[in-house]
Amino acid sequence: MPKSRNQTRSGPPLLKLEGICKQFPGVLALDSVDFDLREGEVHVLFGENGAGKSTLINIVAGSLRPTSGKIIYRGEETCFSNVYNARKIGISAVFQEFSLVPQLTVTQNLFLGVEKTKRGLLDQKSMNIQASEILKKLGFQLNPAVKISYLTRAEQQMVEIAKAFSSELSVLILDEPTASLTERETQRLFELIEQAKSQGVGIIYITHRMGEINRISDRITVLRDGKFITNLETGSVSDVNLVELMSGRVIEKIFPKILYNPGKTILNINHLTTDSNSVRNASIEVKKGEIVGMAGLVGSGKSKIMRACFGIEAFQRGEIYFDGLPIKKITPSRMMKHGIFYVPPDRRVEGLLMMRSVRENMSLSALAIPRLSRASFFLKSQQEKEMVHDLAAKMQLSPPKIERLVGHFSGGNQQKVMLAKVLTREIKLFIFDEPTVGVDVGTRAAIYEFIRDLCEAGAAIVLISSDLPEILHLTNRAYVFYRGRIQAELKGDEITEKNVLLNFFEQDAT
Amino acid sequence: MSETTVPKTITLVITLLRRLFIKMGVLPFLIILAAIIFTSLSDNFFSIRNILNVTRQTTYLIIVSMGQMLALLTGGFDLSVGTIIAVSSVVGATAMAAMTVTFPGSVALAIFVGILAGLLAGLSIGAINGIGVSVFNVNPFMMTLGMASVGFGIALYLTGGVPVYGMPEQYSNIFGFGMFLGIPTPVLVTAILAVMMIILLNRTRIGRYFYAIGGNIKASSLSGINTRLNLFLAYLFCSGLATVSGLLLTARLETGEANIGASMPLESIAACVIGGVSLRGGVGRVENVILGAFFIGLLQNGMNLAKIESYLQTVVIGLLLIFAVITDQFRQYLIAKSQD
Repeated sequence: MPKSRNQTRSGPPLLKLEGICKQFPGVLALDSVDFDLREGEVHVLFGENGAGKSTLINIVAGSLRPTSGKIIYRGEETCFSNVYNARKIGISAVFQEFSLVPQLTVTQNLFLGVEKTKRGLLDQKSMNIQASEILKKLGFQLNPAVKISYLTRAEQQMVEIAKAFSSELSVLILDEPTASLTERETQRLFELIEQAKSQGVGIIYITHRMGEINRISDRITVLRDGKFITNLETGSVSDVNLVELMSGRVIEKIFPKILYNPGKTILNINHLTTDSNSVRNASIEVKKGEIVGMAGLVGSGKSKIMRACFGIEAFQRGEIYFDGLPIKKITPSRMMKHGIFYVPPDRRVEGLLMMRSVRENMSLSALAIPRLSRASFFLKSQQEKEMVHDLAAKMQLSPPKIERLVGHFSGGNQQKVMLAKVLTREIKLFIFDEPTVGVDVGTRAAIYEFIRDLCEAGAAIVLISSDLPEILHLTNRAYVFYRGRIQAELKGDEITEKNVLLNFFEQDAT
Repeated sequence: MSETTVPKTITLVITLLRRLFIKMGVLPFLIILAAIIFTSLSDNFFSIRNILNVTRQTTYLIIVSMGQMLALLTGGFDLSVGTIIAVSSVVGATAMAAMTVTFPGSVALAIFVGILAGLLAGLSIGAINGIGVSVFNVNPFMMTLGMASVGFGIALYLTGGVPVYGMPEQYSNIFGFGMFLGIPTPVLVTAILAVMMIILLNRTRIGRYFYAIGGNIKASSLSGINTRLNLFLAYLFCSGLATVSGLLLTARLETGEANIGASMPLESIAACVIGGVSLRGGVGRVENVILGAFFIGLLQNGMNLAKIESYLQTVVIGLLLIFAVITDQFRQYLIAKSQD
């Protein structure tokens, strides 16, 4: 048992954080959090999106500085002024957002910042040889001379991991490293982790997958809303208890009871294939009064099919019928006029104008309608203000200042602003793409209720989600995507964790 | 007792100054500072005549800066504003001169045709810029830099590098030196354009969309905005304003010239940035841009009166531009801190 080995190692902690606080404009991301890491253990950080995990590992990795609190490394109080300094003493991180330069080769990335030189010039040859050795040792089949931009996401993940393993390690931070890896690659990664553990490396591991926690971790620290909740030995509590600790409420209560009332079919997508082949020959239908789930791994096509249907992803083949009529020219503004609204997954990239006010953000999609403009040209400022005021009250925006810049609100409130936009127009079909990413539990529950209300009012809803519980608890029908194809359609009671997960992975291999 | 009240009033003043800085940026402070310095250096500076003079001289830059602002708001640039001025000046003057020769009797017709020709020439450059940026996704920097070269070449080619004479006198009398209701015509035109700009940016859908596109073009597109059309319009409007400035300048100089407006791209961007327009797009107010352009005019006038060499003046403006960007970043930091 790895457990017994671990107990013999429980000496003084390798790394200790005491009372760490981190204040961002408008949000207290970490509120006096304690954390410690021993040599040779895998310590899982567990919490919802927005619980403060990322902030915490960014502080450990040196890319953020705490507002207050102490960092003690090998018994000495330290302060990492940047990533480079943290790296020098052996703290390496593999983040979800890769720190690779796409225009450079694998070798150049592996040695970025620690290039080898010979008489003042780069020693290309020995770096190439060493890079091959590192990759071989790790068991990754990659050509070190290939540019990063030509690699798949999984391959890029491997380079990122290789980068962390290529230097002297004492603390390794892994942020959902298996998200884009296949089962075999994941297996290989776990072997590497075991190997690093036996060499006394402390590993901070972030994951949402219960299976992985049980498989490789020794201890778990639970964070919620930026606060330290508890620290546990793995296996001392059940999965259900762990999730309850994470969410701070009994699971059933986050998800509201929804009365589905499937009526007329409103959307038909027939045999759609996108230009990039990210979706292949997929057909779906959506009815009024129901919530249709789109499940699958990242990049499985679950989001791309709906983006194609909203006019932001080009497709080579396929037909779209809305309300019984074939739709020919597909652009966001036309689809919105038909009554479809797509809420994007990343509010920062695609959703909001961070440097503009809540008012301007909420009303943006609706400025052309007569309620808000005369002759579609001159804006009706008073009506706009009233409408946004009502929406802010309905969404319980806090603080309810509609002239404040969106960028100065917390993540959950930003999400509310983005969701409120769908209420500004007459919409029959709502598409929510990862609607609860990066929001706290309270807002999450509010968003679920928001979706429920829309559904019970008779609207059709498509919910694209990587969060399995959302698919399980909110939808009455679900499509499971795998590599661009629809692997399964599940209805009602068929939507179980086992059924969905079964279809997440390869089946047609034989 | 006086010991405690003094620090109190000082903290109060600091809080007030801080609020003013957050709200208006560094510009009011710069204007006051410049006024104090130049008044002490020259007796003539702070006279009504001189201030009116500055206002009239600055109108050309104010108009161009308002156009530049539109390009900046959408997250782009327009480096071709100088060329647009040159082309509209040359084409307008040539057309006017040709009409005067052909139809010597009809001055009004000559002026009308000249203005029309100048407008068409200027707007066509803006339209090409707009198409390049919005349809072909050319980086605005490269697109407008390229068109600046093209336009300048055409202006030189048309004139052979010699100023164009032969415009009817009345054109200069009305649009260059004329007064209407006691106000110089260029100032009046600028005022009308300024009001139109304020309405456009604050009260119309197009204006709101300019801010939105600069704020986040993907989010704008997902909100159902025709981003291509609006980007095109931003460059078209920008060229329209630059053209008006070019035609007014032609009237003032009484000749059409290919090398006027060379300093306009830098000065107009400087006016916008000093006036708080974000180079990343999405942020900026017309009023502050006008004030920014006015400040640059004030500075040049003050330095002239203080007999500072014109080469050194360029140095000062360049340094101020960088200073404005730095202070604006500090201001953004304060805004984030004050959380309002």
